[in-house]
Amino acid sequence: MSPEQWTRSETDGTTGPPAATAAKPTREQVIAGLRATSEGGADLVQLLTPEGQRVEHPDFDLDISTAQLRDLYRDMVLVRRADREGNALQRQGQLGIWVPLLGQEAAQIGAGRALQPQDMAFPSYREHGIAWCRGIDPTEILGIFRGTDHGSWDPIDKRFHLYTIVIGNQCLNATGYAMGQRFEGKVGDQGGEATMVFFGDGATSQGDVHEAMAWSAVYDAPVVFFCQNNQWAISEPVERQTRVPLYQRASGYGFPGIRVDGNDVLASLAVSRWALDECRHGNGPVLIEAFTYRMDAHTTSDDPTRYRLADEHEAWKLKDPIERLRVHLVRDQGVEQDFFDGVDAEADELAARFRDFCFNIPEPPPERMFSEVYAEETPQLAAQRESYLQYLAGFADEAMAGGVR
Amino acid sequence: MAAPALERPTATAGSQTVTIAKALNMGLRSALERDPKVLVMGEDVGKLGGVFRITDGLQKDFGEHRVLDTPLAESGIIGTAVGLAIRGFRPVCEIQFDGFIFPGFDQIVSQLAKLHYRSQGKVKVPVVVRVPFGGGIGAVEHHSESPESLFAHIGGLKVVSCANPVDAYWMLQQAIECDDPVLFFEPKRRYYEKAELDPTAPPAPLFASRVVRPGSAVTVATYGPMVRTVLDAASAAAEDGTELEVIDLRTLSPLDLEPVFESVRRTGRLVLASEAPAESSITSEIAARVQQECFYSLEAPVLRVTGFDTPYPPSKLEEGYLPDLDRVLDAVDRSLAY
Repeated sequence: MSPEQWTRSETDGTTGPPAATAAKPTREQVIAGLRATSEGGADLVQLLTPEGQRVEHPDFDLDISTAQLRDLYRDMVLVRRADREGNALQRQGQLGIWVPLLGQEAAQIGAGRALQPQDMAFPSYREHGIAWCRGIDPTEILGIFRGTDHGSWDPIDKRFHLYTIVIGNQCLNATGYAMGQRFEGKVGDQGGEATMVFFGDGATSQGDVHEAMAWSAVYDAPVVFFCQNNQWAISEPVERQTRVPLYQRASGYGFPGIRVDGNDVLASLAVSRWALDECRHGNGPVLIEAFTYRMDAHTTSDDPTRYRLADEHEAWKLKDPIERLRVHLVRDQGVEQDFFDGVDAEADELAARFRDFCFNIPEPPPERMFSEVYAEETPQLAAQRESYLQYLAGFADEAMAGGVR
Repeated sequence: MAAPALERPTATAGSQTVTIAKALNMGLRSALERDPKVLVMGEDVGKLGGVFRITDGLQKDFGEHRVLDTPLAESGIIGTAVGLAIRGFRPVCEIQFDGFIFPGFDQIVSQLAKLHYRSQGKVKVPVVVRVPFGGGIGAVEHHSESPESLFAHIGGLKVVSCANPVDAYWMLQQAIECDDPVLFFEPKRRYYEKAELDPTAPPAPLFASRVVRPGSAVTVATYGPMVRTVLDAASAAAEDGTELEVIDLRTLSPLDLEPVFESVRRTGRLVLASEAPAESSITSEIAARVQQECFYSLEAPVLRVTGFDTPYPPSKLEEGYLPDLDRVLDAVDRSLAY
């Protein structure tokens, strides 16, 4: 089906621009649409099928032990559990908003576990799995969504930048950081540094992402662009962002682009390792498109039933990243039930700790509003703070005098 | 993280007559020499030396990784500078013309301004964005704008403007040394005006305004390219026996208004001059603050001489758009008439 047919009304019948209101899609169009969002195509790198079967790929080999497979499974289960708890806490009014990760665990854990301590990562705002891999406790993310801070971890120390809300901004920041790594001569061998930046399919329409790719190619910046194509930018399907598969865009910038099964943690790990290694040795940049699916809403404020089909959702359930690894562990690796029970118990503990932490995050004191705006504070700001705190102190006096609570 | 403290050279050729353009070039050279983390980046800043030649010769002497000829994209320049700053560099970005800053506005406002605050001080972004600004050069559209108020409105940014070679030389180095992001507005139509520069003389503080001509009749506060215009107006007024006190604001965010308040308390009158449109501008802010601080000292309302609330006009009309000596003197007369 040609792109033109997609946008034109079947009943239009006239020449000229498409009708403003398209007719109901035909059965063939619905099926084609489902394929576009559910099938990665012939170039998809996959090492573990949706049925949990290990398969070989000529370019991306992965030598991995049972213990390492179990670790990846554990990562995904714990991250999903924290994510579900975040969603629930929002529904209970404990969080202002939550950004669900559900369905993208394999893409993130694969990429996150490929990162080495010396590497730098720049997230968007759905990267709870990457944060986990950078040693950031899930509780450290809560303040953003409860409204007590803008990110509580030390981005320099953790080598994990703050969540970035403005779509695509972080791609340029990551490119600049990677340019710095190169200028400092930190690339060239196995111990070299690399940068990985995370963004979604919607972000690929942003100028910043285009500029970052052009820039990184020109400066040979050691940056891996990790696009999680989860098929939907809020209500806009990926077809609304591009007319070519996203990984193919890389060739236009002059570096490799690879599409990986984003629901396959092994493929995500193998391809990310390779890409980071290329950067480490000075052969970057690389674009990875992780072909995956957002199983939940864009955020808790969103309602995906308004814009996508239940069938699509059901089809992706069959590709669940955790289930396929679980099947593989049981059937091909002989992992016993004890292990899964242990991980579930650990997830329960994490969830309880996560909840408890959320309830007990202290409200930031009012002076925090004014703190660290500048490295060198301005007299005006100091005066504003002083004046506001004095104003607040007036209420305290009132309360003491009149017993007002 | 902080750059080494500014040291005055001990052995120099002494004072010399230089243009603002040359002084900026000397300031950049000095910063590049002092700190290997300082980078100069922008379109055409390398081989060409910038469209105004402010970066002339720097790439030849410091190399392509210190003075970067970048791809043509302002968001890219600012966005990568933010990343370089996170890495520990001190980038000095050149935006070729004022009207081209808007593609980079998102990165300036969304990332550069907020990172220190968002990270509660854990991430410093000591980026300087140099912007040749203002009209009077007969250019096509987008080459003559005065967008400084837009940046002064944003928490987390600092905004300054130099008006003479001495300030150009020192303020640029001080801005590079500052750990906060600084928007550095250069008066492009004054680039080739000359003055004595003695690099061994101690610099004035960066975030401070300064009385550049004392007087008792009316206070006139201004900045950037309008400083020259106002000083000329003051000379003309003096011939008629009216002594204007002229204040070069120098820093626009934070504003340093104590010298303005002090002056207004003496003169009772304030005229503000700026090329920018009047509405919601630096001059609006000063007018509000002065009426708050000096209400009982004022003998006349605060008057403003500015560009108009229009897009910048075609260049054949800019003579009328830009406040000139006569419009400044007219405002002075109106102030004195109260």
